[in-house]
Amino acid sequence: MWARAVWLSLRAPFGGRRGFISTEDPQGSGRITAEMIEHLERLALVDFGSREAVARLEKAIAFSNRLHAVHTDGVEPMESVLEDRCLYLRSDDVVEGNCAEELLQNSHRIVEEYFVAPPGNIPLPKLDEQEPVLHS
Amino acid sequence: MKTMLGRTLREVSAALKQGQITPTELCQKCLSLIKKTKYLNAYITVTEEVALKQAEESEKRYKNGQSLGVLDGIPIAIKDNFSTSGIETTCASNMLKGYVPPYNATVVQKLLDQGALLMGKTNLDEFAMGSGSTDSVFGPVKNPWSYSKQYRERRRQKPHGENEDSNWVITGGSSGGSAAAVSAFTCFAALGSDTGGSTRNPAALCGLVGVKPSYGLVSRHGLIPLVNSMDAPGILTRYVDDAAVVLGMLAGHDPKDSTTVQDPVKPFTLPSLTDVSKLCIGIPKEYLVPELSSEVRSLWSKAADLFESEGAKVVEVSLPHISYSIVCYHVLCTSEVASNMARFDGLQYGHRCDIDVSTEAMYAATRREGFNEVVRGRILSGNFFLLKENYENYFIKAQKVRRLIANDFVNVFNSGVDVLLTPTTLSAAVPYLEFIKEDNRTRSAQDDIFTQAVNMAGLPAVNIPVALSNQGLPIGLQFIGRAFCDQQLLTIAKWFEKQVEFPVTQLQELMDDCSSVLENGKLASMSLKQ
Repeated sequence: MWARAVWLSLRAPFGGRRGFISTEDPQGSGRITAEMIEHLERLALVDFGSREAVARLEKAIAFSNRLHAVHTDGVEPMESVLEDRCLYLRSDDVVEGNCAEELLQNSHRIVEEYFVAPPGNIPLPKLDEQEPVLHS
Repeated sequence: MKTMLGRTLREVSAALKQGQITPTELCQKCLSLIKKTKYLNAYITVTEEVALKQAEESEKRYKNGQSLGVLDGIPIAIKDNFSTSGIETTCASNMLKGYVPPYNATVVQKLLDQGALLMGKTNLDEFAMGSGSTDSVFGPVKNPWSYSKQYRERRRQKPHGENEDSNWVITGGSSGGSAAAVSAFTCFAALGSDTGGSTRNPAALCGLVGVKPSYGLVSRHGLIPLVNSMDAPGILTRYVDDAAVVLGMLAGHDPKDSTTVQDPVKPFTLPSLTDVSKLCIGIPKEYLVPELSSEVRSLWSKAADLFESEGAKVVEVSLPHISYSIVCYHVLCTSEVASNMARFDGLQYGHRCDIDVSTEAMYAATRREGFNEVVRGRILSGNFFLLKENYENYFIKAQKVRRLIANDFVNVFNSGVDVLLTPTTLSAAVPYLEFIKEDNRTRSAQDDIFTQAVNMAGLPAVNIPVALSNQGLPIGLQFIGRAFCDQQLLTIAKWFEKQVEFPVTQLQELMDDCSSVLENGKLASMSLKQ
């Protein structure tokens, strides 16, 4: 039946090389290297937190690999469904603002009219230097 | 005779005008119901004082014969990812607990300008990520239909020793709180948001009308964004006509949201269609998946037959790339999420951790503490797809597939089809304990299957409740329309609603029975996801 045919084709085996993913895995579930974990955590400024989370990402990547079965030669990427319309531009007049006080109220740490941030330009410690965050 | 709470918006508005009931009385009724149904966990914040004050003002207007419109004095609820000035807006996340926006979302402002009474902010999946309304820091939302007589009777057949309340079913998500609020009669309409089906899914599982307008029709200013290119504010009501009233008030260009179209819009009244013989209804064959429950499939088939028997043309159509919609969504959604969630760093608003060593350390710890696993997982996935080496293969590829999907719909509508008729969900609501056996991403991928592609293409769609399942739980069907033909879509939906006669009032009486039982008996404490 046609519906079944579609589902079967979605389970086509994974192939090809991918940057940080080992291709030795026959199931194509794409294991993520420790290097990649650190790289993503640094970019996202969010940590995996557990082995399960890494496994979930691996599953998500494997799931996304199904996209490669679609033929998209000559197809332009679509950024917005409203691409055929002209974007509305309003005139460059100041119509609102002057609400610094209101906005400052939402912050936990302010001094006069400044948001206070800790010192910058201090890189996060490397994975092996910091306290182990990954729980097994 | 229907109780006031079970009536349509226009009926209640007329009653208010005639003085049969006052806004304050209406407000009190709803507030009292909210208290009685607290166990549903539909509301995060109940704005009792605000609502009563608004009711007072509305009453003055009615006395002076100066009511603002159909929505004046009508209790409504708002999903907690819409900014409400002076009222805590949390997105059901630790990241925004205690955050009080200094402005109203445009859609909120429009409702308030019409005199609507704000009952409260409703519960949702954290940052609108999920299809069950089970991943909130405030606990999951319970489907009011779990407490219907029919469903309870089935439960009693289960073995002894099971807790009275352990078999409750989910509302669906992520606008589950809004759906539960409307379904339990605590308000007449609620705002939800719809990125992958988040308004239509809970509408189907809670027996409501759930509208996702065309992308660009309703302003997203103030809606805390998930996927900027797919988000749409959604409307949940008990009747199609009510949804049309609300949509008419909300639609239109907003200078503060440059993705709203500039076409003129005015509030519309839905004509009462009597003749469907000029319509062409499309049935997408790819939606007939093996996982579809036989009950839903049977109702879908009956609905198609109904249109045919009334003279409409019913044709099978094909959306060849639709099976890739979920994968495509997964990549695009997580990528946009990775970008949208970057604003939460603890510096200007929201949660902030205690670490002060460095900016990066502070951001990282704040985000670890503020976001739950689902959100963090999506951010990390998104960052993966946006890496230089993956950008072309995943993100751009997904954007290309998106065009193919959008084109599929265009082709179908160009072939003369007026609306598509499809299921909304695979089955009726499932028990919470069963739902949580799989993780959020898996569930979303399964549950969004019929609704998601609509967001890809930016089309309008609506869920109409059709019938109750064998278990006594609601099942709905979805209509998908052409872009910016929302009025035509709702007109057809209204005709269908009339033919179907879904049992709306049944729930009210049964809930009254049930509230007293639950208040006296021992209730399981809200079971949080483990």
